[in-house]
Amino acid sequence: MKALVALEDGTIFEGESFTGAGEAFGEIVFNTGMTGYQEILTDPSYKGQIVTMTYPIIGSYGINMEDMESARVQPGAFLVKEYNAIPSNFRSTMTLAAFLRQYSILGVEGIDTRALTRHIRQAGAMKGVVSTKTLEPTVLVKMAQESEGLVGRDLVREVTCHQPYGWSKSGPQNGDGFSTASAGKYKVVVMDYGLKYNQLRILAEKGCTIQVLPADAGPDVILGLEPDGIFLSNGPGDPAAVEGVVETVRELLGKKPIFGICLGHQLLGLAYGGITYKLKFGHRGSNQPVKDLETGRIEITSQNHGFCVDLESLDPDEVELTHVNLNDGSLEGMRHKKFPAFSVQYHPENAPGPHDSLYLFDRFVEMME
Amino acid sequence: MPKRTDIKKILIIGSGPIIISQACEFDYSGTQAVKALKEEGYEVVLINSNPATIMTDPELADKTYIEPITPEMVAKVIAKERPDALLPTLGGQTGLNTAIRVAEMGILEKYGVELLAADINVIRKAEGREEFRAAMQKIGLKVPESAIVHTVQDALATAEEIGFPIIVRPSFTLGGTGGGVAYNMQELEALSTVGIDLSLNNEVMLERSLLGWKEYELEVMRDKNDNVVIICPIENMDAMGVHTGDSVTVAPAQTLTDREYQLMRNASIDIMREIGVETGGSNVQFAVNPVDGELMVIEMNPRVSRSSALASKATGFPIAKIAAKLAIGYTLDEIPNDITRETYASFEPTIDYCVVKIPRWTFEKFPEAEDILTTAMKSVGETMAIGRTFKEAFQKGLRSLEIGRMGFGNDGKDSLASMEEAELERKLVTPNSQRIFVIYEALRRGRSVEDLYGLTSIDPWFLNNFKQLVETEEAIAAAGFHGLTKVFLRKIKQQGFSDFQIGHLTGTTENDIRELRFKQDLLPVYKLVDTCAAEFEAYTPYYYSTYETEDESRIDNTKKVIILGGGPNRIGQGIEFDYCCVHASFALREMGIESIMVNSNPETVSTDYDTSDKLYFEPLTREDVLNIIEREKPDGVIVQFGGQTPLNLAVTLAEAKVPIVGTSPDSIDRAEDRKRFQQFLQKLNLRQPANGTARTMEEALAIAERVGYPVVVRPSYVLGGRAMRIVYNEKGIREFMASAIIVSSEHPILIDKFLKDAVEIDVDAISDGEVTIIGGIMEHIEEAGIHSGDSACVLPPYSLSPEMIEEIKEASRAMAQELNVIGLMNVQFAVKDNELYILEVNPRASRTVPFVSKATGVPLAKLATKVMMGMKLADLGLIKEIEVSHWAVKEAVFPFDRFANVDTLLSPEMKSTGEVMGLDSSVGIAFAKSQLAAGQKLPTQGNVLISVRDADKPAVLPLARRLLDLGFSILATSGTAAYLAEHNVECTMVNKISQGRPHLLDKVRDNQIHWIINTSMGSRTTEDSYTIRRSALDYHLPYTTTTSGALSMVQALETVCEKEIQVKAIQEYF
Repeated sequence: MKALVALEDGTIFEGESFTGAGEAFGEIVFNTGMTGYQEILTDPSYKGQIVTMTYPIIGSYGINMEDMESARVQPGAFLVKEYNAIPSNFRSTMTLAAFLRQYSILGVEGIDTRALTRHIRQAGAMKGVVSTKTLEPTVLVKMAQESEGLVGRDLVREVTCHQPYGWSKSGPQNGDGFSTASAGKYKVVVMDYGLKYNQLRILAEKGCTIQVLPADAGPDVILGLEPDGIFLSNGPGDPAAVEGVVETVRELLGKKPIFGICLGHQLLGLAYGGITYKLKFGHRGSNQPVKDLETGRIEITSQNHGFCVDLESLDPDEVELTHVNLNDGSLEGMRHKKFPAFSVQYHPENAPGPHDSLYLFDRFVEMME
Repeated sequence: MPKRTDIKKILIIGSGPIIISQACEFDYSGTQAVKALKEEGYEVVLINSNPATIMTDPELADKTYIEPITPEMVAKVIAKERPDALLPTLGGQTGLNTAIRVAEMGILEKYGVELLAADINVIRKAEGREEFRAAMQKIGLKVPESAIVHTVQDALATAEEIGFPIIVRPSFTLGGTGGGVAYNMQELEALSTVGIDLSLNNEVMLERSLLGWKEYELEVMRDKNDNVVIICPIENMDAMGVHTGDSVTVAPAQTLTDREYQLMRNASIDIMREIGVETGGSNVQFAVNPVDGELMVIEMNPRVSRSSALASKATGFPIAKIAAKLAIGYTLDEIPNDITRETYASFEPTIDYCVVKIPRWTFEKFPEAEDILTTAMKSVGETMAIGRTFKEAFQKGLRSLEIGRMGFGNDGKDSLASMEEAELERKLVTPNSQRIFVIYEALRRGRSVEDLYGLTSIDPWFLNNFKQLVETEEAIAAAGFHGLTKVFLRKIKQQGFSDFQIGHLTGTTENDIRELRFKQDLLPVYKLVDTCAAEFEAYTPYYYSTYETEDESRIDNTKKVIILGGGPNRIGQGIEFDYCCVHASFALREMGIESIMVNSNPETVSTDYDTSDKLYFEPLTREDVLNIIEREKPDGVIVQFGGQTPLNLAVTLAEAKVPIVGTSPDSIDRAEDRKRFQQFLQKLNLRQPANGTARTMEEALAIAERVGYPVVVRPSYVLGGRAMRIVYNEKGIREFMASAIIVSSEHPILIDKFLKDAVEIDVDAISDGEVTIIGGIMEHIEEAGIHSGDSACVLPPYSLSPEMIEEIKEASRAMAQELNVIGLMNVQFAVKDNELYILEVNPRASRTVPFVSKATGVPLAKLATKVMMGMKLADLGLIKEIEVSHWAVKEAVFPFDRFANVDTLLSPEMKSTGEVMGLDSSVGIAFAKSQLAAGQKLPTQGNVLISVRDADKPAVLPLARRLLDLGFSILATSGTAAYLAEHNVECTMVNKISQGRPHLLDKVRDNQIHWIINTSMGSRTTEDSYTIRRSALDYHLPYTTTTSGALSMVQALETVCEKEIQVKAIQEYF
């Protein structure tokens, strides 16, 4: 089935749906990872986006039940060069097409994804629409232009949990007040702005008992649980548009050790009094080099963000730069000089991507000691 | 942190001659390293015996020793040059092993030379089986159950514990030489006997066989600050049991989830740290159980390797160059990424295409060897192809192989249709060089993927892709020419089908499809290899073709010339031609002309992204080349440097009005076409052996009768003497004609009178259309009848009269003039009874061009390029022939030890894979050096076994006397012994094998023989003669199969007795 991709600047790409009919809107972004499409598809940070993979052959190892990063597929549509319909992997239980169909997500193949990527790199991230229903380019471009963008939109509301839950070996378990607790050494409240399960898996592995709370949980609720530490998760969209959360984070500063990742890191930046800005086309992939300024070591990191904390906007007496991106020099990690709080822009929980940055979870645990 | 300033002078050991498992990839990595170190201001000293390398060009290193890579010679270079450091990780296994030996000799300590990148303990830990095993267990990684043994008895005893099948791997050898899979005690005994002998430390590992497991490789880099990055994961198509060098491989890995891939990545990093490779690149190999994902570590190479060359070309990340910079103290984040310019080497390349590598085998050269693939590598080269899908890359790869195939079947070459089902299955189960096409045939017959997986253990992912190609093929045939809509044809092209295949399937021609594509405006686009999947802008113009919407090639209107490369290495066409192409590129750049390289061989310097102004990594077929020409519209195309591959395209390109620079395709044809060549020689009053051209058996017999036996027979238009034979009688002609039909149906058979005992001469000349200068005259050591590529030769000639040399020069000049050669020309002469015969003229670069250039200091290929671009020799400063006052000896290197049951006799069919050069002021020492460099030990004392055919007996007589004078004792087989005794030469008779024990083989086993001289008529006249030669090979004894070769060796030994071998840098000769 023929499908068209239209960008707001009038660019059109042609492909074929491998999941049947559909239409989806979103900001078009590319991910350069050669593996990990399942984790990417289930990462809530992709909410409101249409994802294209730069690696051209996708679907080769199928879908399995262990590599879910949330309960569902998150992006609005998935664009690839060649869809491989017959997976080969001992863990595969389903094809990618069946998986996408299960969540009514449009999958399109036959796209010149390299041309699309180059276009986004040069022109910047932009709004787009993918459709098998509307095949008139001019109409489609207009639809893209009129669609809602990411800036100023609170997407966290759409992906955060509605009820508190905990984490056990078998996955998420409903419950509040650390009631689903395994006997972990540290009690950690995880603020769900659109978290990835691997963050919980790793925290649990490091000896933490986890209580996940919805994004709108206030400081009283959080501190009322008497946690040893607070973890601020990743999440989708524009940090400046997330309502109420920055105030909550500001309230938490200095009260308990805080570790923020991605959106959690950006929210901390805002709570410190800084500002965030939108990158031209973001960092999305599994090969971003980051230098830990403390040790001088380079880690290859997994990234997925379109916004960034403006280093200049932070008070150097209060906040210290700890990690920097070696490709473009952008801020990748920071630490508060007075309060026990640190954060990174990238994804130390990987999934997908290298495991080089797991030490950050150890730092968090040390902070809770 | 800046680079180290406490070291100033660095020694690099090269990898020596091209052999199976060590090919031009080490010239590529060595050249990169030398350039990188020079760039940083270090003084670089290089030792490498291979003259056909770019790295040994005199302007590259500061001091270049074209000397044998033996510990003793390296020690001499160290004593003379006093380097501060030795970088051992860039010269393959040869470089690494030699460095270990030099260290063990105490030389490094004595002269205070530091080992860079990996110290001796690291190398031992990675390469020694027991040490490696212990290290892996320490970091919690699994290795296959195994045991190390040093005797055959232990091997047999241990087998019970491990259980069959067992993989036998000798330690410290090249490419798993001597390894194999044993299914029973008998096979284990045979394999472990050979393995223990081949191993440098007489050590063999027996290992639980993981046959059928999936195989992966990761290329890893580490800097001194312990930063580690993975350059590329590679997945092998062939399951465990086939050497990775013999496997079809794909980059990146295809069938691993991120979770599984990261486990492998973590393991690689842990291994790098545990083994302790301080800086540089390593290669780690893993096996994965397809059923449950169980991960096992197979091995680690603490050096750049064939796979790292492949990974470099596959990603654009120059591993060897970065490794060299890391070795001198830089860290990954300090080294810029040339391709993006704005980022650094501290990242992991990501690719947005699929890369397929396919090995190139030459089993046809060794008909006695069984075509099966095992854990010992047998391929002589490889090709790489890039596409946006696996299917596209795979088909491009198949048509890059230079085996006459245009893709996955459908090219009129499918010959397996009548193969019996049982035979088909056998060929699916046992890996072999034709298996890809057997799979094709099985799919055509409707065998299921599950079925094929069961037989081949090839992951269903690959098999399903193959199946889809067969389905597309059926759809094309069903649609017919008129069903080729633009949408459909684009889909077909995106799966890599060539115009030729589509033409074949629709009953039309390649040209019809090409025209249709033009009508439909369906042209390939060119995309960049940029290390980063377009995340950053790329500045390096490294392209591949595909059928997509966006073209990224940057076409400008400057003057530009395309150089067509040589494709995969094979016997007869190797690194020598790549050397010429690289020089052409350098010359163009010097002239300010844009150089554009087209090639498909990932091992080479020519496919390095900074060798030429632009690189197209593409198959060298008519379609692919014309597509590039169409896009680039070059001012000229050079076809005369890349060997037979581009030459075969010359006529068809000329027909397409492509501007071919230099000697015209018509002149090339005039030299190749028998009839026209004959007329040409007659016109110049030059002589050639009586000959004729036959298209039928009757014609062949008549011609042979006319010119008189023995005759040389061969198909026309082949390189490397493919299928060339000396035939002594009518029966021979009949046999040859029966087999030759397969070799080449469209070209006739050439028959020449064989000039017995003639001296063969090779001449390389350069001409600008007006003036011809002789670049070098080489006299062969072995007599006519042995392929020139297999024959040792000496520059300048050592036995020719000045008059004869003048006659040779004059004839060469006359021919160049008459052919209007612009560029290079090679002539093969024979001198018999003081008469000069012309055997062959090739108006193109020859295999000997790099040798001549190194021997005389004249860069022939570079000058030829400039001449082809219109300059005159006089303008280039070449006004007269170079007279050298030293001797250069070229010796060939053979892959016989890779192929069981193969005779080592030399013949008109070329069998060597590479060459070495010996340089010295004395011809004897130059020859001795060439022998040492070729891996031949110099016999200094003991017993020489002489067993020669009757015709050679008079010639060995003086030789035997000189051997006695040198203090050797002589053993001889009955006939030879009787002859020697008759002429009062003292010798001891030994039994031939058929004469009962103790026979000569017993003597060999007891180390009582130190040199074997054995000549034989034809091939395998007697089984005994073969056994003698083969045992010499298997026991690593010096052996000589011609009396002329033996004579040269005796002369060399006499010289070596008188004076010690010295080393001298090539820069000191000129």
